[in-house]
Amino acid sequence: MTTTPVAAADWLVVAPVALPILCGAVLLMVRHRIWLHAWIAMAGTSLMLASSLGLLLRSLSAGPRTMVMGGWLPPFGIAFTADVLGAAFSVAAGAVAVACCAFSLSDIGSTGRRYGFYAFFMLLMAGVNGSLLTGDLFNLYVWFEVFVISSFGLLVLGSEREQIDGAVKYAILNLTATTLFLAAAALLYGAVGTLNMADLTLALRAQTAAPIHALAGLFLFAFAMKAAAFPLNFWLPASYHTPRIVVAALFGALLTKIGIYALLRVLAMIMPGGLESFGGLVAWAAAATMILGGLGALAQSDLRRLCGFLVISGIGVMLAGLAVGGTDGLSGTILYAIQSMLAMAALYLACDAIRDRGGDISLNRLGGLYASAPLLAAVMLLLLLAIGGLPPGSGLWAKVVVVKAALDHGFGWLAFCVLASGALSMIALARVFLLAFWRPAQAPAASVTPPSPTMLLPLLGLSAAILWIGLLPETVLSISRLAAGGLVDPAAYVGSVFPGGLR
Amino acid sequence: MRTLIFRTAAPYLTSLMLLFSVFVLLRGHNEPGGGFIGGLIAVAAFAIQGIAFGVPEARRAMRFHPMAISGFGLFLSAIAGMVSIVFRVPFLSGLWWSPSLFGVTVDLSTVMLFDIGVYLVVVGSLTSVALSLEEREEP
Amino acid sequence: METAFAGLVAIFFAAAFYLMLSRHLIRIVLGVAILGNAVNLLIFTAGRVVRETAAIVPEGADMPPAGAANALPQALILTAIVISFSFLAFLLVLAYRAYQELGTDDTDGMRVAEPAEEPPPPMGY
Repeated sequence: MTTTPVAAADWLVVAPVALPILCGAVLLMVRHRIWLHAWIAMAGTSLMLASSLGLLLRSLSAGPRTMVMGGWLPPFGIAFTADVLGAAFSVAAGAVAVACCAFSLSDIGSTGRRYGFYAFFMLLMAGVNGSLLTGDLFNLYVWFEVFVISSFGLLVLGSEREQIDGAVKYAILNLTATTLFLAAAALLYGAVGTLNMADLTLALRAQTAAPIHALAGLFLFAFAMKAAAFPLNFWLPASYHTPRIVVAALFGALLTKIGIYALLRVLAMIMPGGLESFGGLVAWAAAATMILGGLGALAQSDLRRLCGFLVISGIGVMLAGLAVGGTDGLSGTILYAIQSMLAMAALYLACDAIRDRGGDISLNRLGGLYASAPLLAAVMLLLLLAIGGLPPGSGLWAKVVVVKAALDHGFGWLAFCVLASGALSMIALARVFLLAFWRPAQAPAASVTPPSPTMLLPLLGLSAAILWIGLLPETVLSISRLAAGGLVDPAAYVGSVFPGGLR
Repeated sequence: MRTLIFRTAAPYLTSLMLLFSVFVLLRGHNEPGGGFIGGLIAVAAFAIQGIAFGVPEARRAMRFHPMAISGFGLFLSAIAGMVSIVFRVPFLSGLWWSPSLFGVTVDLSTVMLFDIGVYLVVVGSLTSVALSLEEREEP
Repeated sequence: METAFAGLVAIFFAAAFYLMLSRHLIRIVLGVAILGNAVNLLIFTAGRVVRETAAIVPEGADMPPAGAANALPQALILTAIVISFSFLAFLLVLAYRAYQELGTDDTDGMRVAEPAEEPPPPMGY
């Protein structure tokens, strides 16, 4: 047992997980007083974002922070370890959560609230933050299941026919992926005898024995399925367009990125040797994912399905950084993931605003929004540039880092694929702009009421963050470089879990 | 299932099982038992009540909605972890308080609070599943 | 002992994947159920099988007796069983609802969310 007193600031390590759980519990208790829900959820997500920000600042100034549950020392007890990578992802996730929560105020009616939208929402955030901050592989599995179960609840909110259809595919494939992850964790436990990530890092980083390669392959398969990488991506476009768009924004922004985070943590930090042996495969999967995502987006007329394919295309770029490896490649992946969380959430929310203004979601019938919703058009233009990777959008710098790393490490063809996929998503989104905004209105305007501020403010907030990353990238760039450095040389991470060098 | 024998026996059976579930819950700290298994026994008790007197009657007997009970349990468990912030020990640390009541020392702990939370989560969520399945059977 | 269990795990996995390759939803759900059990057995085997002593610390001692079973895999399995049980309950209800709403349990016929004859976006205006 540990006996050293815990500094109050170190409570920030569990706050991003404990706060949403507490809020979710309170929301379940007051489920009939629905006028309270939105306020509790807004307060909860804001506090969660604040604690994530505090955690990021603390991990930047004092290095990775560890708290062991119940004082049971690792490797036996469950450790929560927040390094720059986990904390930075958690901040981005918190920002997305606040934006989605604010957006949902006008989007989720009393039926959805009574069904428990906000309770599921808070538990989903607890699962996401738990996955980002835990330092134990089995615990990572448990948090995966926490957010997958909450996401089922959100996905079937409303129980429409399409939702049931999408939920079947989403549920079975996600369940298979997490079960395979559990199988890989079991085999790893059988081979090494520990599940603590720092302990595993010590045991496995130097190892090149054959079982480690097989295990790395299993982890790669399971996490790539969660991240929707080609050829394991078909569940995403089949399901992400069926729930409410706020829910889709949460899923598209967060859930696939957790798969990327798990790939970074388990493959890049714990078993880099295993990742190297699959480097070629990851590179091919990355290239196929981004090109396929871009081509898929070109073929869609439903805006939500188009967004789903753009999510996949972004995952490909992140995998490209992972395949290149090294501090520069990994920092490209991290930077792209962080900005893509913001951009994808904003894109889905903008689609909801487009449907609200234009009265339709299909490109075949939309039109005339440039005149009727100029502010929305400006936001959409920024998102188009951010996702396509042009200035002043945030995607530019992320792609610059990935492409430069790929060229430096002799992956010229991969760099070409990144640029080509950027062009494809650019064409797809430019066509959205052309048809939905510039084209004259196809039918008399559906609604002439001004958009509610709860719809516009979150969109403008996310756009401001994207613009900030695009214009002043230095802060986020250095954070992503630090995070990648922590993966390449995990001495600080291990040192924070085993402060006395117990091993 | 609404036979006279079953309906006469059900209240006794339900109350005995509920009592037993609390016994199993409290026994769980040092011996086999605990919140999860105790909760399952309580769910069985409510399910029997539902079969014997109908689901609306069982819901009325519970007073609170099952999901609210489960939310309260989650709240208790989270609070049990948060208490340790005051004592400057890590999250979820076991803290003990042994007051004496009428000359008998009673050991109370955050671990027990956590287990009671687990008990309520299991009772709430599984009763809600059981009752909604029973509801569907009736035409 | 572990070798025999490994064989059993292999049979479980084979059965699970065979069922999950079916087009019928109910078989897929059964496959998922078996897959969960296969993984639980795998955790159990990976923690090494010891038959002699239960992992309970005797009264007065502060360590389990020598040769006691490994308690950690049992704790992991307990967690995994609860999770896979609740997932299975959800999947069964979902499959039943899908059968009611979509009128089929053939996954090839489930095209409501992805209609086959959706028109492509316009090429210009």
